[in-house]
Amino acid sequence: MHSGNSWRVVLTENWQRGGFGLYVHWPFCAAKCPYCDFNSHVVPAVDQTRWARALASEVRRAAEETPGRVLSSIFFGGGTPSLMLPETVAVVLDAARQGWVWANDIEITLEANPSSVEAERFRGIAEAGVNRVSLGVQSLRDADLRRLGRLHDVAEAKTAIRVARETFQRVSFDLIYARQDQTLEDWRTELTEALSMGVDHLSLYQLTIEQGTAFGDRFNAGRLRGLPGEDLSADMYELTQELCGAPGLPAYEISNHARPGAESRHNLIYWRYGDWVGIGPGAHGRVTHAHQRRANEGWKQPAKWIEAAEAGTGDRQVSVIDPQNMAGEYLMMGLRIPEGIDLGVLHGWDPQIAPESAIRELEGLGLVWKTETALGVTPEGRLVLNSIVKALLP
Amino acid sequence: MIPLNRIRNFSIVAHIDHGKSTLADRLIQLTGTVQERDMKAQLLDAMDIERERGITIKANTVRIEYPAKDGETYILNLIDTPGHVDFAYEVSRSMRAVEGSLLVVDATQGVEAQTLANVYTAIDADHEIVPVLNKIDLPAAEPERVAEQIEDVIGIDASDACLISAKTGIGIPDVLEAIVKRLPPPHGGDPDAPLKAMLVDSWYDPYLGVVVLIRVMDGTIRKGDNIRMMQTGAKYGVDKLGVFRPAMQDVKELGPGEIGFFTGSIKQVRDTKVGDTITTEKKGCETPLPGFKPSVPVVFCGLFPVDSNEFEDLRDAIEKLALNDASFSYEMETSAALGFGFRCGFLGLLHLEVIRDRIEREYNIELITTAPSVIYHLYMKDGEKIDLHNPADMPDMSKVDHIEEPRIKATIMVPDDYLGDVLKLCQDRRGLQLDLTYVGGRAMAVYDLPLNEVVFDFYDRLKSVTKGYASFDYQMEGYREDNLVKMQILVNDEPVDALSMMVHRDRAEMRGRAMCEKLKDLIPRHMFKIPIQAAIGGKVIARETLSALRKDVTAKCYGGDATRKKKLLEKQKAGKKKMRQFGKVEIPQEAFISALKMDS
Ligand SMILES: Nc1nc2c(ncn2[C@@H]2O[C@H](COP(=O)(O)OP(=O)(O)O)[C@@H](O)[C@H]2O)c(=O)[nH]1
Ligand SMILES: C[S@@+](CC[C@H](N)C(=O)[O-])C[C@H]1O[C@@H](n2cnc3c(N)ncnc32)[C@H](O)[C@@H]1O
Ligand code: SF4
Ligand SMILES: [Mg+2]
Repeated sequence: MHSGNSWRVVLTENWQRGGFGLYVHWPFCAAKCPYCDFNSHVVPAVDQTRWARALASEVRRAAEETPGRVLSSIFFGGGTPSLMLPETVAVVLDAARQGWVWANDIEITLEANPSSVEAERFRGIAEAGVNRVSLGVQSLRDADLRRLGRLHDVAEAKTAIRVARETFQRVSFDLIYARQDQTLEDWRTELTEALSMGVDHLSLYQLTIEQGTAFGDRFNAGRLRGLPGEDLSADMYELTQELCGAPGLPAYEISNHARPGAESRHNLIYWRYGDWVGIGPGAHGRVTHAHQRRANEGWKQPAKWIEAAEAGTGDRQVSVIDPQNMAGEYLMMGLRIPEGIDLGVLHGWDPQIAPESAIRELEGLGLVWKTETALGVTPEGRLVLNSIVKALLP
Repeated sequence: MIPLNRIRNFSIVAHIDHGKSTLADRLIQLTGTVQERDMKAQLLDAMDIERERGITIKANTVRIEYPAKDGETYILNLIDTPGHVDFAYEVSRSMRAVEGSLLVVDATQGVEAQTLANVYTAIDADHEIVPVLNKIDLPAAEPERVAEQIEDVIGIDASDACLISAKTGIGIPDVLEAIVKRLPPPHGGDPDAPLKAMLVDSWYDPYLGVVVLIRVMDGTIRKGDNIRMMQTGAKYGVDKLGVFRPAMQDVKELGPGEIGFFTGSIKQVRDTKVGDTITTEKKGCETPLPGFKPSVPVVFCGLFPVDSNEFEDLRDAIEKLALNDASFSYEMETSAALGFGFRCGFLGLLHLEVIRDRIEREYNIELITTAPSVIYHLYMKDGEKIDLHNPADMPDMSKVDHIEEPRIKATIMVPDDYLGDVLKLCQDRRGLQLDLTYVGGRAMAVYDLPLNEVVFDFYDRLKSVTKGYASFDYQMEGYREDNLVKMQILVNDEPVDALSMMVHRDRAEMRGRAMCEKLKDLIPRHMFKIPIQAAIGGKVIARETLSALRKDVTAKCYGGDATRKKKLLEKQKAGKKKMRQFGKVEIPQEAFISALKMDS
């Protein structure tokens, strides 16, 4: 028996429920997009052998700290992981294969930019073991791709989608909508076109103006015009639900749509608040060790990270997340998916969060639903999820 | 003792910015009263706020020694009075303490509303008046035209007006000579008679306690005397007696015609009343000076701390300020909307602004100021009469027989081009025209207006419709009955007390609509729709609906974002603590501040 802390008990169960994944961050891009606040860097040259070695050693170190786990997914995110040489991908995957037992149906995703250079590499990447790609198409309009600072055009993106579908078992692509000067009708045509392209997973993000990006600066200076107001973006979101529903690609998360069964298992780990190892510059992980949930965070600067990794660990910081913060993160992540959250788990961590009175009020407004054990957000509630979370935070 | 015929006591009357303070500085400088190196612009405007706004609130005084052309050295006592209508009573008292005035008119602008109001006070006080046309250094100066205007509008001889530039110093010696030659010495006054002195003003000095400015009419006051204030009956010993040059300088005694100060162990300015008569405790004079009147606040508003934790600090600040300002009243008030605060009374809008600014600046407390209101007289059906200071305290209308409101007589001077807009504004504010005359290219409109329409942004509107070219002054005119009602604002069916106000029935719809529209923009969308209504009694007269929040969701949120995005939400949630809760609706402080600032 452990001490009487009930949250420790539920904690062990929770990571098992959520699954166990590995996230690998590749921090380099061919160009920086003006809207992007991811940890991405443009550098003249990357010593891929050195990076492969460092990433693999970090994978081995993490594996040693989590013996006996069964890995259910791996995700190469970025930056632009499609700029990784297939050998680099292979070296990292080899380390992961040695480090953990793999689930039979392991999902291995790589984020790819749909330019011709990268499409040429798809075969090698698939041979290295990647079985799913997520393509950053962003738009099916050339003018908009230029405004978004993308290096590819629509024709290249379509070719990349075709090649990807011939090469990988599973293909998804990303679109950014609610763009400058985009009308509801523009989006209807564009999304309809996207849905006709035969993929079973789509990530559809409304353009977010992030501070510290080129768009953020322009926005602050009042020089980013034509962005939709609250009503138009709400209409666009609703239209998206409607258009994706018909061909059978409902939202299984705020911005993610899939044919049932084709959901990204990796991303579900985050939303179910499961355990994952985070490797690479600026990567975050959440791993349960000896009844404590530990968060790690890698050095953000690629140069700093690789030196640190070579010296023993790329982590800038490892900390223990206290139960209140776990509850908050779980609430915020878990309400993004239709299945919602387990109230027993939540209140086990923090009895103050999501009080009955607040839930009842939101229920009355038709924004959340509640069963004996679970709490979730209704389709109406999704659009105001942040307000719901704020109302439920202690 | 200085012989009366070598004393001249005077004040300077002027419209704001016509150069009163600059001229005072020049007089002080030219007579060597202050060493050149101690000169700073506008010596007499002491407080920061006064200096910044270029207004004088407290009467200030300076004694100048002037060796005149006739070979004699004269004592000139200048009292710089507050020029603003809010302090009309204080001005009239200061005027009674001197025998003459310099009427300063900006030669590029001509006579303005405050010029008139102040010069009439001077005439009322039987002053000899020397017109001074200032700013003749400016190319736009038209001294002849302005002199003519003074004769036409005010009816005094301006043929030998002094032409000066207070800025460059041109004509200042002439002004000094005119003071000696054309203003009369103090009248009569027997140094051996029982002491009779007027309390002109008083203020708190951190080192000396309360300093009392006096003008001796009869008798002599000496250091060590025991004196008595005739209105309040309070008795004090004279610890320190002196004159201002403008720094304090001790004297042994002050005789008839002299102006100076004393300190005793007076703890609070509140214990001293402007206009009171000071005499000796024993063998004092029999009759006090005429015209004393306790000052009464006419404009009221609530002051609430933005941060409710600062309530005690606010209490402290208000108590300290009140010690130094007898005309400012306060009592605690609780508002569902704004929490704990104070209902405060002021002499006028400027007074209100000055006090509010001082609390914010000197005490560093951020304030919410509710809509200014006036005192209504409620005549109840049972014969009782109630003074209503706060619309929130309005009793059930069915028990009220009728309501009277304070009216003012407003004088507005404006270039012809803007007259139409000004008349319309006055009409819209329920004004009754009393007079309309033209002088040169300017019109002078005199209106009878309800004070409550004036405290509500009238001045801002006037400035904006006339592009700043109008001048405005007013005096209180007593009470009159009208069709007045209390308008309530309901947000999501909950009354918001801080927003209720008294309005004329005919103007209620318009005000109500404007307020609802404004609130609709100020209150953030919630997860549900919110009706915003204006109502009189149970009857809704205006309504807006704030639709429900439609979108508030983070598009992209993955593993790496968890901590950062959660902190962001928590920060936003903490931001809500700056909001006030009404039922289920949260209204940001900003919304109150802006709603109450509402124009038209
Ligand atoms: N050009 C010019 N400016 C002046 C003259 N006298 C005052 N001023 C300016 O007019 C403004 C108002 O003067 P001030 O003495 O503060 O006016 P008050 O409000 O009557 O006390 C200030 O900017 C002065 O510098 C003058 O003779 N000539
Ligand atoms: C981590 S990014 C990188 C993927 C890849 N480098 C690319 O750009 O195609 C993953 C996705 O996030 C989305 N995204 C990035 N910044 C965004 C923003 N400011 N607003 C909305 N979506 C954004 C884009 O759809 C992008 O494909
Ligand atoms: S959006 Fe993708 S390609 Fe563009 S800078 Fe960000 S990570 Fe790199
Ligand atoms: Mg001044």
